[in-house]
Amino acid sequence: MRVTLFIPCFVDMCFPRAGIAMVEILERLGHTVECPEEIACCGQPAFNSGYWPETRAVALPILQRLRNAEVVVIASGSCGAMVKNFYPELFKETEHAQAACDLASKTFEFSDFLVTKLGVTDLGARFPHKVTFHDGCHGLRELGIKKQPRTLLAHVRELELVEMTEAESCCGFGGTFSAKFPMISTAMGEVKCASARETGAEFIVSNDASCNMHIQGLLDRQGQPLKTIHLAEVLNTR
Amino acid sequence: MTERENILGRIREALRVPAERHGHGVVQNSPSAPHESHASDWLPVVGESFEQRVELFRANAAELKADFHLVDSREAAAAHLRELATAKGWKKVATHTGELTRSICADLGVDILITDDGYDVNEMETCDAGITECDALVAQTGSVLVTSRSAGGRALSVLPPHHIVLARRDQLIADLPAAFALLKQTYGAGMPSMISFITGPSRTGDIERILVLGAHGPKHLAVLIVG
Amino acid sequence: MNSAAQFRDDAKRLTHDLRHRELIQSALKKYEVARDAKKARYQDWESARVEASDIKWDAVNHLDAHLAEFARNAEAHGTKVHWASTGGQAREIILGIVREKNARSIIKSKVMTGEEIHLNEALEKADMSVVESDLGEYIVQLRHEAPYHFVFPAMHLTRGEISDLFERELGSAPTNDAGELTMIARRALRKKYITADIGISGANFAIAETGMVSITENEGNARLTCALPKVHIALMGIEKLLPKLEDLALFLPMLATAGAGQVLTGYNTMYGGPRQPGEADGPEEFHVVLLDNHRTRLLADAEQRDALQCIRCGACLNVCPIYKNVGGHTYGTTYQGPIGAVITPHLRGLQDWKHLSFASSLCGACTSACPVKIDLHHHLLQSRRNARGQKPLWWEKIAFKLFAVLANSPALWALAKPMARFGQIFHPLVKATRLDPAYVWTQSRELPKVAPQTFKEYWKGRNP
Repeated sequence: MRVTLFIPCFVDMCFPRAGIAMVEILERLGHTVECPEEIACCGQPAFNSGYWPETRAVALPILQRLRNAEVVVIASGSCGAMVKNFYPELFKETEHAQAACDLASKTFEFSDFLVTKLGVTDLGARFPHKVTFHDGCHGLRELGIKKQPRTLLAHVRELELVEMTEAESCCGFGGTFSAKFPMISTAMGEVKCASARETGAEFIVSNDASCNMHIQGLLDRQGQPLKTIHLAEVLNTR
Repeated sequence: MTERENILGRIREALRVPAERHGHGVVQNSPSAPHESHASDWLPVVGESFEQRVELFRANAAELKADFHLVDSREAAAAHLRELATAKGWKKVATHTGELTRSICADLGVDILITDDGYDVNEMETCDAGITECDALVAQTGSVLVTSRSAGGRALSVLPPHHIVLARRDQLIADLPAAFALLKQTYGAGMPSMISFITGPSRTGDIERILVLGAHGPKHLAVLIVG
Repeated sequence: MNSAAQFRDDAKRLTHDLRHRELIQSALKKYEVARDAKKARYQDWESARVEASDIKWDAVNHLDAHLAEFARNAEAHGTKVHWASTGGQAREIILGIVREKNARSIIKSKVMTGEEIHLNEALEKADMSVVESDLGEYIVQLRHEAPYHFVFPAMHLTRGEISDLFERELGSAPTNDAGELTMIARRALRKKYITADIGISGANFAIAETGMVSITENEGNARLTCALPKVHIALMGIEKLLPKLEDLALFLPMLATAGAGQVLTGYNTMYGGPRQPGEADGPEEFHVVLLDNHRTRLLADAEQRDALQCIRCGACLNVCPIYKNVGGHTYGTTYQGPIGAVITPHLRGLQDWKHLSFASSLCGACTSACPVKIDLHHHLLQSRRNARGQKPLWWEKIAFKLFAVLANSPALWALAKPMARFGQIFHPLVKATRLDPAYVWTQSRELPKVAPQTFKEYWKGRNP
């Protein structure tokens, strides 16, 4: 299969290892990977701030660039929700409505792509650590991704998954929300960090690097040894 | 124009634009269709037999901290009430005239206020218990269904600190849909002015979500199936 | 201070109040455990949600017909039905009844629409004695403050605070026991029911086919309020309609489970008129006041119309991480939490209340919890769009236009990386100070580092 990998802005800039892990995994599974250089960001910051015309200016070139893609795999639940659920909303009643729906139907979040589309659950990974999983809100509630990452983690050798009570609670990032209401965002993140700490895990695994960025930012400020890691990096270990 | 016409006019104007429903797209406004309820298929499951329903009602009552007794005769029910009256030191109880209440409260050995044709509320306030019949017991929820007609008015089942319910075996019904069907069957267009599902004694969690019984209504609720 | 600044200030203060956060979060944890246990007893909770949503959807989209049917049936049973377009009209209707009856004292069970139209203030101004009978409402009334949560009004107070309040206001002995505190209130309120001239209640549902209102409560205070005074007035929003009596078979348990983690609430009572011939008691008059107060404005918004399906269970507040950290008073609204953030801009004006739609991480926990499937968090997105469409912030508009240019230009994007790396060298000098351009983030969090090799640099290196 020819897989077009959509690397969101913050993965490109700050968490390239997650993207690289995806490339390596997909290639190991025998797929051809392409990463369009023109694509930088899905436009979610503008969209969530209420600037929909400005968002269309970002999203339209993406629609056009990905028109001929066979399948699009996106390295974040949140950006995945943007493309799958909100592009159709954004282009509703415009001439690009059909293109937006077409793109939505061939776009997959990474773990969903592996488990649902490819039927792959065991990647031969080995990660001898105790981990807990954080469900990113958009992946969980917009895309309905809950089992897929856990199925994948269940096949990682020597990995022990301990669920935290607040697994489904928002980490407080919320994009521009974290800057508009930093005090609320931080308080929410503290609840998440405390719940993760309670499990005694060494790593918080997530399929959303943006949540990891927020959680790691808080953990580092608190001086906690707990580390966040992207699911793809765990799956790419040997 | 009256406010009634103003409001209905604004509603009609607003509804001229068909609504968008998430996951359904724009939904054209068709005439309201009679809706077929499947509530019984979604709500908590209830067994078929009388015994299963009694056990479910008993479990619900226990969880609600209500007393529940299945007694085999009116004499046994009367004896139970006499014991209760002695144990609790009742001096006066309020009740209404009904087939069960009449025979069971006949020689309770305490003063009795009958609410049938009206009563002095200050007098009811002094009563230690209210004894009523009911329309049904709902196994699914552990509820007692009363109406202003079946249970001696509106206040009798809620003003005294102890509420005793007397029910016949055949009054134990399965679930809430059955309860509403029964109400329609019993009263038709002439519904009583008050219908109430009583589920456990009066309760509150308004202080630190700590459960306290007897907030304003009865602190004790006892249900007797007399069969 | 405007409502947005007040929200920001209170949110800041309360997120720093760890005792407050602990109190609310532990209370709502108890709720969550109870709710999950009760939900598990349903044969199919998700299908129940779909059916409840369908019924309410239909009711809201045929509201004119259902309201007319309700009024016709209510009046046929001797109920007096009043129509109020505004809060002011509703207050006048109620004051008119009060004056006609020469009433002096009023007992109220919980009426959120009463809070919405500031009914108590109006009645007190007319020299009425007004007492709230719901325990939580009674407590916040004694404190002269608004309910903290539209289902759990006094959730923000500890037993100690309530004991101090009762000692001060009622002269009771101090106690740390929730049961004793409840009994103090019970004793204080008992006589009020008996002596009140008028009882005022709200309504959780109104049934079109029977002309009844349905009231859900745990304490029995509404039962007494609607039984003993000579006049009963129920004030309700026009959206409360359900077509059929049997619809309650689904809505009553779902309200209880979603809202409070119960199988069924203590008392679910339907009132279909004043005392009927042959009945032992009940009011001589029963009035129902139907309140619009801008609900028709929400109805006219085809995108957000489903917000009128709300049954005010409070589930969305209970699961909302924003609510759990800022608490109810911060909202400054009658209806707090996600549903309040959605409907308040319609009821009270978008530009003054748009900040509530921005004060959300859009996590969607509310939407998943809603028993009637209101698309809450997407409505917050739409409100953001509506607010910025009407009145954009000039600097934000420019910033996002520049952002679009940047995102669309691989060359500029590539240039941003070395610039960010360069900036990072000097960042420690100002980090977490007011001079820090990233202060909103760095005051409480570390900023991620730009990677030595970005993904695009890696990709370019692989495919030169």
